[in-house]
Amino acid sequence: MLQIPTNAGLLRRILVPFIRNEVNKVGLQRVVLGLSGGVDSSLSAMLAAEALGPSHVMGVLMPYRGSNPESRAHAELVVEKSGIQSVVVDITPQIDAYFDRVADADQKRRGNKMARERMTILYDHSARWNALVLGTSNKTELLLGYGTLYGDMASAINPLGDLYKTQVWALARAVGVPEVIVRKKPSADLWAGQTDEGELGFSYARVDELLYLLVDERYSRDELTAAGFAPAFVDDVTLRIMNSQFKRRLPVIAKVSHRTIDRDFRYARDWGK
Amino acid sequence: MSFKIGIAQINPKLGDLDANLGLYEEKIRLAREDGQQCLVFPELSLTGYFLRDMVPGVALQLSSAKIKHLKQLSKGLAFVAGLVEESPDYRFYNSAVYFEDGEIRQVHRKVYLPTYGMFDEQRYFARGDRVRAFDTKLGRIAMLVCEDLWHPSTIYLAALDGALTVVCPSSSPLRGITDGQTQDDNAAYWELINRSYAKTFGIYLIYGNRAGFEDGVGFWGGSEVLDPFGNTVAKAKYYEEDMIVGEVSLESVRRKRSMAPLLRDEDLDLTINELMRIRERPRDSRRPAAPAKKRAGAKANKPVRKGKRRK
Repeated sequence: MLQIPTNAGLLRRILVPFIRNEVNKVGLQRVVLGLSGGVDSSLSAMLAAEALGPSHVMGVLMPYRGSNPESRAHAELVVEKSGIQSVVVDITPQIDAYFDRVADADQKRRGNKMARERMTILYDHSARWNALVLGTSNKTELLLGYGTLYGDMASAINPLGDLYKTQVWALARAVGVPEVIVRKKPSADLWAGQTDEGELGFSYARVDELLYLLVDERYSRDELTAAGFAPAFVDDVTLRIMNSQFKRRLPVIAKVSHRTIDRDFRYARDWGK
Repeated sequence: MSFKIGIAQINPKLGDLDANLGLYEEKIRLAREDGQQCLVFPELSLTGYFLRDMVPGVALQLSSAKIKHLKQLSKGLAFVAGLVEESPDYRFYNSAVYFEDGEIRQVHRKVYLPTYGMFDEQRYFARGDRVRAFDTKLGRIAMLVCEDLWHPSTIYLAALDGALTVVCPSSSPLRGITDGQTQDDNAAYWELINRSYAKTFGIYLIYGNRAGFEDGVGFWGGSEVLDPFGNTVAKAKYYEEDMIVGEVSLESVRRKRSMAPLLRDEDLDLTINELMRIRERPRDSRRPAAPAKKRAGAKANKPVRKGKRRK
């Protein structure tokens, strides 16, 4: 069994200053984030509270009438434990209003619409509160493309984007995310009974081992199968990464000039900061 | 001879020369008050590191007003600045500049420009073409910038050219998590080579890194002053701004080299002869041949492919 390094102490010493630095340098003191009751947003919230002070963090709870009530209860546990601010915005009216007019939507479309609705609420709250939107997507889901483009993937800064799920769990424990949240089965909670691992077809623990070797250590296919991963699994994951690359890039711009955005017009996001 | 050398482990503002000049002035004032003789600033600390297309916008010719201003600041306190130098024919260099008593004593243009992984320096900068030790009021010094020190050849040259103190301004990003370590993998690697070099060459090694973040990339800080025995004289915090000071005593260099005169015994002729021999060999024979086992359909006597090695 491969041990993915999880050095919680070190990660904390990097990620807490990261949040503070990247928020303060653009002239702000606060962040907002979607609090789903899941381990990722719980961890983001607690790191942000440590970085900026709890009163400078707002967790936005955005249930839908079909959401698991446990989700909200868990989100509230995190609010209580961390002392951050919070607000509840039920997304039922706007989601139902849309799908009453645009019928025949399957689960996936409805789920994506909810994810994007939540994004718009967060961005509005960030403008309202003079804050940045804090991301919660982890490296595993980003690589696999298991997230909604312009939905939960949208944020200003993301402290978890270079952590595998395995590392998120370890760090969450270390910073004091309630155990019930760390232990539960990950779920996007976009429809009843949905679980990440059910949708993906494999466990996070196992895919993290593969991803760590494939991506971080740049193992070849031969090296991976020699390490004990089934060829079909390796190929499936490799294909998912390849086919979701579009989610990790800006839209494709047709190049006609000598200097094109994101190609020959190259500046840091922290330009002048 | 002894002197106090400080390291200003600062967090510069990306692309803002005026703000960073202000930082320089503040740290120089503090160093002066503390009675330091020399202050080291990190690589590209006058400009920030991930400049990308900003490079021409922050470049300074050595005749410019801002450089004149820096010269003024060095009266009574020598310091090493990290900046983008623009040559009269408009090439840009990642340069370390030694200011002393109102003048530029030496410029070192970074030779080894990392262009892999997250780095893109060779896209924007011209390579330096020399490694030189130079004389100062504080003895004979050499400057190497960051990646330069990852090539053993540069510090070898600096030591052989007579440097007793090697100053290495750096903008080193943190990366690599390993269980049971206080610091990231990259920091640990740097510390290993800094200590090895200080001890092996019997020199003071002054490693000046920065702190802060640019686009989510953090810099690991951890600046340090190491003596010729490989002892840590001063050590800065990891991942935070800091200012440290260490005493450099050239007597220690004398003692170390009396005990273990490795540099004295270094056979320069051997090194040069072997390097010349290696350089004259036919290019293909310098690389290991492909494995003997042939793949099905492979032609006999296929030339060895000179592909790029992936890191």
